[in-house]
Amino acid sequence: MPATAMEEFTITDGLMEFIHQWKDKPGNLIMILHRTQQEYGYIPRKIAMDIAKEIGVPLAKIYGVITFYHFFKLEKPGRNMVSVCMGTACYLKGAGDLIQELENLLGIGVNCTSDDGEFSIESVRCVGCCGLAPVLTVNGEVYGKVKTEQMAEIVAKHRGA
Amino acid sequence: MAFNHYLLVCGGTGCESANADKIYKNLRASAEAHGVGESCQIVKTGCFGFCEKGPIVKVLPEENFYVEVKPEDAEEIISEQIVKGRSVDRLQYKEKGKEASGIENIGFYQKQVRVVLRNCGFINPEDITEYIARDGYAALGKVLTEMTPHDVIEELKKSGLRGRGGAGFPTWRKWMFTAEVKDADQKYVVCNADEGDPGAYMDRSILEGDPHSVLEAMAIAGFTCGADKGFIYIRAEYPLAINRLKIAIEQAKEMGLLGDNILGTDFNFDIEIRLGAGAFVCGEETALLASIEGERGMPKPRPPFPATKGLWGKPTVINNVETWANIPVIITKGGDWFGSIGTATSKGTKVFALTGKINNSGLVEVPMGTPLRDIVYNIGGGIPDGKKFKAVQTGGPSGGVITADNIDVPIDFEHLQELGSIMGSGGMIVMDEDDCIVDVAKFYLEFTVEESCGKCAPCRVGGRKLYNILDKITKGKGTMEDLEKIKSIGNAMKKASLCGLGQTAPNPALSSMHYFYDEYLAHIKDQTCPSGVCKDLVKFTISEEKCIGCTLCARKCPVNCIAGERKALHVIDQEKCIKCGECFNACKFGAVLRA
Repeated sequence: MPATAMEEFTITDGLMEFIHQWKDKPGNLIMILHRTQQEYGYIPRKIAMDIAKEIGVPLAKIYGVITFYHFFKLEKPGRNMVSVCMGTACYLKGAGDLIQELENLLGIGVNCTSDDGEFSIESVRCVGCCGLAPVLTVNGEVYGKVKTEQMAEIVAKHRGA
Repeated sequence: MAFNHYLLVCGGTGCESANADKIYKNLRASAEAHGVGESCQIVKTGCFGFCEKGPIVKVLPEENFYVEVKPEDAEEIISEQIVKGRSVDRLQYKEKGKEASGIENIGFYQKQVRVVLRNCGFINPEDITEYIARDGYAALGKVLTEMTPHDVIEELKKSGLRGRGGAGFPTWRKWMFTAEVKDADQKYVVCNADEGDPGAYMDRSILEGDPHSVLEAMAIAGFTCGADKGFIYIRAEYPLAINRLKIAIEQAKEMGLLGDNILGTDFNFDIEIRLGAGAFVCGEETALLASIEGERGMPKPRPPFPATKGLWGKPTVINNVETWANIPVIITKGGDWFGSIGTATSKGTKVFALTGKINNSGLVEVPMGTPLRDIVYNIGGGIPDGKKFKAVQTGGPSGGVITADNIDVPIDFEHLQELGSIMGSGGMIVMDEDDCIVDVAKFYLEFTVEESCGKCAPCRVGGRKLYNILDKITKGKGTMEDLEKIKSIGNAMKKASLCGLGQTAPNPALSSMHYFYDEYLAHIKDQTCPSGVCKDLVKFTISEEKCIGCTLCARKCPVNCIAGERKALHVIDQEKCIKCGECFNACKFGAVLRA
């Protein structure tokens, strides 16, 4: 977990309420981490430390769980999250080319964030719209049957928007 | 209040991502504006299955089937169809140039039998009364008032239902093991909705289209096995399904169909949702249970099986979504009825997500034993662009390929296993001549390597080794010895891995090598990729006879490596070429050659 900007974070009221709700339920850790990520977009180190105290679980265990699951992020993602589906149907229909084109356009690789914090690229497992393959989503908005030629337009639409 | 028209708008994730919600709202607004809001009911349903043509709007009683509808088409559907009684021909689904209204006239649906998807595309999944109107919760009522746990297990035994999550274990036996544990202070019922197979979305569509069928089945299992608590473990990547499940649980509680004293009996049953967090291995039941417990999702050796020692060490019945969705209808219609569908050893139907290089991609449900040919050509409508069928991959990263030679083999648990593949959860990916079989095997291995939890060495090390070998072959650096290594490492992984993920991970490589040995040889001995996918093995050249010097390829080339004057032969600089294939795709005269 990067130790930058640790001081900024305190557990929000909403998250604290959630933690109290779940505190005594067995198996609460993953649900609490989901709620945390919903709040901050990722899991800040400081918050993970606070959660450790609140629910009495070692930070090492929390770190172990976070890094085991793909869904949880340790670093702040870009303002726009471009998720390219790499399910089999999308892969066969050219999802790899879409990622290549995105990398060229944004100058960053998969799982990276652009310097201006505008974009992050991730490759995700099946989004489940295989009829629309290849598919990508930007902040949850779905683009189906995407062609590499459209990528510049899609990026431009979300940049600064 | 009687309605004279029903408009069903598909609200599955595929259609929803293509503006289905906007269409629904526009239909509502137009209906109000034309003063017909009172006489036509507009409902957003679960997935219709025909995802290729989405978004879909169906109008009853006329049975008009409108495809690829756009939000701005809503006004015309209302003003023409509802107000004037004329169908909107330009939106009607057309088959072989003719309009095909009515499900029975659409090839995609003709060979399908809808048991699991009985309510998907018919009811509003966010309204429990619509589920009840289609005999929903009748099975739970019957079980609680007329049947003993023993009767329920006998009925399941008669039905011959086997788990739909992959391995096909008889459901009644799982239930019986848990029911037989007498000294447990707590038992659990778990629904496995961690659908991780890339290219498969059966479970999600069921939960989105008919969530109550799963809740009802879990309550039935609770009664049968003596559990009062259920968990649904679902991927966090499925927000729509999670939301509809939440609504369904809430409504069922309000109506006394979940909670305490269900239907006035002394049976209590409650269901909670737990979110997965993107780990394929959590589809394995012991790993899934670990994840519900808030731990890293690592599998445990079995036995003990979850049926006797599962969640928090308590006896736990765990089934997959599709298995659950079969239960209520088995109880209401009887095990004998269910057993009459399918083959001798594989009963009932199976839902497949038919995707890849296929004309009608979508969700299809067919009786067990249906030949692959029917699925690919009759339901799927064949391969697009006149390309040649190559193979179908079933079972995703755990399965193998079925080739054209075996296209008439009936699809059931046994036959798929004989062919070296598995049923899996129901992903069915069609490949055509443009797909490289080695590349696809590498794709799956890359997946399983990334998803391996790392607990046992055969999977952790073996998977990586296999991937490296396949990668070498796709780069033209493979040797004949490597093919032997694939076999020996693969067989070791099968025997020694701890869980299903590692045991089945070598299947895509072993199966594709078995059926497409020549293609592996071409990569190794001839240094060519017959499908032109493996970039390191592809070379683009321009034919002297065919090139007319139109300059199109040179203009398309992103690295400016094609030289040539107008009306003169063009030449590709092989040193600079990045093998992107733009020239090959651009040439209108077939002058760019790929070898």
